[in-house]
Amino acid sequence: MESEGTDDYETLISTTDADLLKRSWRNEKAAPEILQFQSSLVQRSREQIQLMEETVEELVANDEDPLTVSLYQMDIDRTLFLLRSYLRTRLQKIEKFMFHIQKTEDLWARLSRQEQKFAKQSIADLKTHLEQSVLSKLPDRYQSHLKQSVISEEADMAALLVHWSDRYIVPYVLDPLYVILNRRNDTFTCKFQNRNWMHL
Amino acid sequence: MSGQSDPRGSAFSAAELEFLAEDEMIEIVPNLRIKPLSLICGDFGPFQPQIPTQVPIWLAVALKKRGKCTIRPPDWMSVEKLTQVLEAERDSASSFEALPFHYVEISRLLFDHARDDIPEVYMVRSLIEDIKDVRFHKIGTGLEKLSSRTYAMKLNLSAMEVNVIRPFVTGSLETFYELTTPEIIQESQREEYRRPQTADRGPRRELRR
Repeated sequence: MESEGTDDYETLISTTDADLLKRSWRNEKAAPEILQFQSSLVQRSREQIQLMEETVEELVANDEDPLTVSLYQMDIDRTLFLLRSYLRTRLQKIEKFMFHIQKTEDLWARLSRQEQKFAKQSIADLKTHLEQSVLSKLPDRYQSHLKQSVISEEADMAALLVHWSDRYIVPYVLDPLYVILNRRNDTFTCKFQNRNWMHL
Repeated sequence: MSGQSDPRGSAFSAAELEFLAEDEMIEIVPNLRIKPLSLICGDFGPFQPQIPTQVPIWLAVALKKRGKCTIRPPDWMSVEKLTQVLEAERDSASSFEALPFHYVEISRLLFDHARDDIPEVYMVRSLIEDIKDVRFHKIGTGLEKLSSRTYAMKLNLSAMEVNVIRPFVTGSLETFYELTTPEIIQESQREEYRRPQTADRGPRRELRR
């Protein structure tokens, strides 16, 4: 939705790491699904920030003009914000879509190693929580935390399922692309029926 | 948008938009001497008294706050230019004038911190407000024309305007997509059933005729 003209202009002028980081941040913020992790960019940015922080320490030790020091510090703060917000946005998306990301090969490949660890841990935590609070109390056939979409034809489960199955329906609802791509599975029609339940 | 279980606010908050705008370059006239700065986002300087130089807005505002420079407003912020833009906006019903992408944020920042550096600041301010209103009105009427056939829109919208309508536009396009998808799926399913049959019909065609 951004103006195409600005993007072209940005590619024509220098693409410094700062520009790349800004662009990755904007893309990550605006895209509904998680994008490829820019591991080398993140690594370089971290090194640059560290270098700058050491420079600032030297300047302070040498009694440099406080104005200059504060300007350097502002620049560091801005870059740090970009980096942190980039990582934070990705973590939020992982939290929202963790089951879907784990199931989909190429989405899983877009995560960094630490993000994958985080995702696995979150999934384990959520699974335990759901099992302890709800699933263990349900009749045997419905105890899986992943599979309720297959048995969704049963209308008498609607009221119960809509409540906490929102989490599993969400990835499919928010990504209409995946609805088309999964046409081959006959789970497609189930997902569509799930969508209708959301209106109940 | 009853189908969305997650209310999606704007992707960017107003503060984040301002953050993006602060990286735009602007001209300042320093009143002291500073050594060249090599920052993460670029190299600037050296700063010498009375010599204009280009810096990012955040740097300009920081220096201005400490009284170390004066900011020269950008060319598009003159009364003449803005009056021209306003006339053009009022005349054309559906197209938008080419304005700097962050014009709202930049003008806001300058009004807040460099009011004394802008000639006829009240006139400029009211002109920009008017331009903003006219453009928003055009956006509103343009949005009514959204339909299921819309794939992309190319307009000269500024960052703030895009950000305000982003959730609405993406949400409504998605809803259109979902509502038309079942038709597309049904057609393609019919095609899938048809395909094996046409393969069989091939060799038999002469007999059938």
